[in-house]
Amino acid sequence: MRRLFDVSLGLATALLLAFLVLPLVAIFTRLSPLELFAQLGDPVAVDALLVSLETSLVAHAFILLVGTPAAYLLATRRFRGRPLVLTLIELPLVLPPAVAGIALLSAFGASGLLGGALDVLGVSVALTPAAVVLAVVLVASPFYVRQAVASFEAVDRNLLDASRTLGVGPFTTFRRVALPLAGRGLGAGSTLAFARGLGEFGATIMFAGSIQGRTQTLPLAIYAQLGRDFDVALAVGALLVLVSLVVLLVAKLVPSWSDFTSIWPFRSVRSASS
Amino acid sequence: MVGLHLDLALPLRTFRLELALDVGGETVAVAGPSGAGKSTLLRAVAGLARPERGRIAVEGETWLDTERGIDLAPEERSVGFLFQDYALFPHLTVEENVAFGSSNGVGELLERFGIDRLARAKPRELSGGERQRVALARALARRPRVLLLDEPTAALDAHTRLSVRAELHDLLGELGLPVLLVTHDFEEAASLAGRVGILVEGRLVQLGRPTELVAAPADPFVASFTGGNLIPGVASRRESGLTEVALETGGFLYSVDELEGRVGVVVHPWEVSVAREVPADSALNHVRAPLLSLAPAGNRVRARVGPLTAELTAASAERLGLRTGEVVVASFKATATRLVPLA
Repeated sequence: MRRLFDVSLGLATALLLAFLVLPLVAIFTRLSPLELFAQLGDPVAVDALLVSLETSLVAHAFILLVGTPAAYLLATRRFRGRPLVLTLIELPLVLPPAVAGIALLSAFGASGLLGGALDVLGVSVALTPAAVVLAVVLVASPFYVRQAVASFEAVDRNLLDASRTLGVGPFTTFRRVALPLAGRGLGAGSTLAFARGLGEFGATIMFAGSIQGRTQTLPLAIYAQLGRDFDVALAVGALLVLVSLVVLLVAKLVPSWSDFTSIWPFRSVRSASS
Repeated sequence: MVGLHLDLALPLRTFRLELALDVGGETVAVAGPSGAGKSTLLRAVAGLARPERGRIAVEGETWLDTERGIDLAPEERSVGFLFQDYALFPHLTVEENVAFGSSNGVGELLERFGIDRLARAKPRELSGGERQRVALARALARRPRVLLLDEPTAALDAHTRLSVRAELHDLLGELGLPVLLVTHDFEEAASLAGRVGILVEGRLVQLGRPTELVAAPADPFVASFTGGNLIPGVASRRESGLTEVALETGGFLYSVDELEGRVGVVVHPWEVSVAREVPADSALNHVRAPLLSLAPAGNRVRARVGPLTAELTAASAERLGLRTGEVVVASFKATATRLVPLA
């Protein structure tokens, strides 16, 4: 009976692994790595790579610049409505991408909530690279902010207080104590958010369209090339698999920041006098 | 005005911290059980906790005055704060820690605290005593006008605690700063501070020199907190001039204190002697009871005899050949017996 159980556990694991890995392996079996690399020279792939890099970098800069202070506030202050704010920030994690797309359209689209106001300013967001950036920010920022809140919360409050009593103001305390101590966690969150943003598809195609050289990102290019040139689609797919793998490895290899918070005060340590 | 003046009220979870205190160029300890509001008191002085009402002034400079709407930020108050776990920055070296607030005279401070050879070490590489010296050097680097110490030796091993305490005592004497220290350990308070206040549920129940608190505790809590035995009973005056206390467990004890009604009989362990028979000396009070335990404490032995704890030298404990379980007599003088009113 026990043997049978062990065997079924092993079988289930093998099945799961095969199911998850087989499609990824398949991407690399049709063409040799060299041929795949050559397909990336296709103008569609090059344009998509440039659009993806540009929009991802702008979106990511925005996420870090706005998300970091917001996360610090949420981690260090207790106020009424804080759980609600945290929940709202996490909502896009579970939101279907199509809903994110329709939501962006109804907010920033030509006939949307803010569309009229933007129109007056002569700005039209939909179907522009700015729309890609908005879509990426919406779906990717929770990945960063959630991790950033946890990382700042893991910084011992006494350290922030100690800094203040040493004559250092709140901003410099943030820069010299909180940021370096939360740094590894922030790095991991940032990496995950970047990967999620790079893969953004549903909200982008609805809100920004798929215009080559303007709003067609790498995932959109795969979709666009499916019917036209399967090999190009495959090559872009292979590129994204490699990028994802690197991102995952970086996020996993960054050791947890717990070694910063657990080193004191009581763990016995080698005395420097010996 | 010299020193630190404080008078504040701050609501805590189940009671209010409410106290007034003046600290001159001296060390004052506020001691009490955990949860009495001690850490909050220090945090309020440093500006890390906001009193509901009060005034904090140092040498004429007002840091907090709720009536006049003054409340300086922590970084604007000239304090040196020694945190209980020392709160050293783990990502910085010893030298960077000490120089964190002010890089003036850091080399000198490192040398003075004997940590110059550790300048490049990270806090995790240090022993508890070394960490405490780094934290002190860091707190003093700003040349603070007030020093705040939160349980300064609680994080240390028992065997380093006494020597660190002695060093700290000398240092505080040299500094001549107003020092406010909080601790749950009366011994720590007594060995570092000239005056000790006992804080219970947010209020100072007694403030005085450590010897005064030991000799004349104001209430039963102070008596037991300062290490005294406390035995409840009912006191009545006798013609002999002595007060006789009828114990709840039977028997009588005598004191020279004049008090009547429900009292606690207070006697310190070092006033109690232990023998097999009632000794033929001047001690009036004798408690015959089984010896419950014998615990060595340094070169002394603490013996629990019924409701009493007695302190003997290791030598006399050995000479008597005491065994737990046997019935012995604990004796002490009426003149060493204090009475405190019991509620």
